[in-house]
Amino acid sequence: MNLSLPQAEALVLQSASGLFSLTWILIALPLLGAFLILTFGKQLKKVAPYLAILLSGASFIFGFTLFLQMLSQPETERGFLVPVYTWISSGALNVSFGLQLDQLSMAFVLLITFVGTMIHIYSLGYMEHDENRGRFFGFLNLFVAAMLLLVLADNYLLLYVGWEGVGLASYLLIGFWQKKPSAATAAKKAFVVNRVGDFGLSLAIMTMFLAFGTFTFSAVNAGIQNAQDWVALTIGLLLLLAAAGKSAQFPLQSWLLDAMEGPTPVSALIHAATMVTAGVYLIVRSATIFNASEAARNAVIIVGAISLLAGAIIGAAKEDIKKSLAGSTMSQIGFMVVAAGLGPVGYVFAILHLITHGFFKAVLFLGAGSVMHATNDNVNMRRYGGLSKLMVFTFGTFLIGYLAIIGIPPFAGFYSKEYILEAAFSHSIWVGLITLFGAGLTAFYMTRMVIWTFLTPARWEEGVHPHESPKTMTFPMIVLALGSAVIGFALTYNHIFEHWLEPVTGFEEPQAPISITALTTIALSVVAAGVLLAIYRYRSVDRETPQNVTVLTKAARQDLYGDLANETLLMKPGQVLTRKLVTIDEKAIDGTFTGLAKATWAASRLLRQTSTGYVRSYAAYIVGGILLIMFLLLIARL
Amino acid sequence: MSPEAYLILSAIIFSIGAMGVMLRRNAIVAFMSVELMLNAGNLAFVSASNTWGNLTGQVSAFFVMVIAACEVVIGLAIIVTIFRSRRSASVDEPSLLRW
Repeated sequence: MNLSLPQAEALVLQSASGLFSLTWILIALPLLGAFLILTFGKQLKKVAPYLAILLSGASFIFGFTLFLQMLSQPETERGFLVPVYTWISSGALNVSFGLQLDQLSMAFVLLITFVGTMIHIYSLGYMEHDENRGRFFGFLNLFVAAMLLLVLADNYLLLYVGWEGVGLASYLLIGFWQKKPSAATAAKKAFVVNRVGDFGLSLAIMTMFLAFGTFTFSAVNAGIQNAQDWVALTIGLLLLLAAAGKSAQFPLQSWLLDAMEGPTPVSALIHAATMVTAGVYLIVRSATIFNASEAARNAVIIVGAISLLAGAIIGAAKEDIKKSLAGSTMSQIGFMVVAAGLGPVGYVFAILHLITHGFFKAVLFLGAGSVMHATNDNVNMRRYGGLSKLMVFTFGTFLIGYLAIIGIPPFAGFYSKEYILEAAFSHSIWVGLITLFGAGLTAFYMTRMVIWTFLTPARWEEGVHPHESPKTMTFPMIVLALGSAVIGFALTYNHIFEHWLEPVTGFEEPQAPISITALTTIALSVVAAGVLLAIYRYRSVDRETPQNVTVLTKAARQDLYGDLANETLLMKPGQVLTRKLVTIDEKAIDGTFTGLAKATWAASRLLRQTSTGYVRSYAAYIVGGILLIMFLLLIARL
Repeated sequence: MSPEAYLILSAIIFSIGAMGVMLRRNAIVAFMSVELMLNAGNLAFVSASNTWGNLTGQVSAFFVMVIAACEVVIGLAIIVTIFRSRRSASVDEPSLLRW
């Protein structure tokens, strides 16, 4: 099976009827929750968490119903357009508030609402003692609504609304504990860095309007076939910038590590499972644009490969469990971005890995949250250890998540990563080797995390008595762990997922230069090597951070100098420029006008001396004036 | 008839009036000096009118008289008010209207 049809021909969208015309309810439910909770916070204080869970869960159930309905449709007729209303109508600009429900958005709807609901339930236990938890749940619902809008929009402008919406929710939730200055700073940083990416998206949308006069996916896809080369390249690179911002890819990665200041459920939902993968969605959704420009695809691969390695290296050096997981997220999204950059060979696998990653990374984060819950919110892995017997459920689910992320069969990550490796090797040997090396690094840092947290002897702070978390927290962990265990096999059995997504993204069978068996063996050996190296290196753990370490470790502890680079290259020159501009403004521009004012003032000071208030002197002025005029007239006459 | 004598007389009266306005402190006297200046003007109008046999000058003189009458009414009212409030008719006293 080697279908290389252009996407615009393969994807048939029909106008929605019946249940599908109610797709907007998916978004409306959590939005209603956010509205109610954030508006009537005081009155709803007691019920807010349950209301949020209920509405998010209802959205999942409705999404699942739509999914079953979609399954009963013939394979090529599963894409629907759902116009809701005319949003902007102004001369040549006509934008409809329209939704597009096809196989790709369906996969996202299920992932977002399912993982979202699970994390809502988890938050019930995790945020139990927080007095502002009503607001927290309102923000979570707002996030779910915005994310659903992002993946359901049928045009780029509406997608942009969702894109900004999730950015806002992310900002609000990172800075949820505003009293902590570090959290407030991290929220601002995430917002500012994201803004750079958003700028790319808005420029991409403007370029689309310039070239095609419209924003809808179908029209842009159709237009790109006949457009000049630079159009696809420009839009592709701008979309890549947007994706890099949202998905914490090089060079806009720096916000993600700081974003871990937010509550752990937020890190699990937004900064691991869903929002950060929006960049991958954007690239896959714009598959036709990237298909049209090889240069743009190569840029995507390069960005993904750098992030893949950098994230893994950072993850291997951090002692903060959440930051280590954040590095891992950056690295795993690097895998997806590389896959998406490979073209039709990789789009499906990028999304496959996105979904499996959504499950196992959520489990890992929730497990980390559970550990923090047990150790008085300590995040330093050097202060953990020996938790495996005390926290059986947390350890068990974390272990499943661990096996899934490093790619041990039959857990989920094995399938998705294996396919990405295959696609990467069929593209070029170098991309293949980088992803393979990344897989080995993943095994190394994740093994380190498990050893440090659960297996080595206890190194707790004084007064810490670890205990298993309440059922509201372990239940979602168990559900998601079961998902991480089976979803990879379930989705790849008989190539279900490839057939499912093929009408939307197109698909090419990867042609790896070596056989699948050989590749699997090599990959598993590399993973095993990573695991063994970690076991060998971390037989024992010091309570304190060793200082005599290699240059690479030092660099990785500093996020590979990402912040330093931002500061020296952008922030400081920016500040100097600002100061200079302020000086110019004060001296030159303000100076001109204050100078004029001063001159006028001085002149009037002189002139007003003549205004004495004495009637007789005024009379003298009049007479003098008249005499002067007469004198001048006489001279003029002569 | 030669108008020179009248014009010279008019100039003398005007100068006296102007000097009076500029030099005298008493508001009433200053006021009378203004009237002198106006009437000097009238004299010049009338003599010129007579010389060239043109009535425009005489009509102008009537206008000046009417305006002078109005001015007297308003001016005297102001002077009386100032005198009431400040007990003085000196034009140097109310020098408050300035910067």
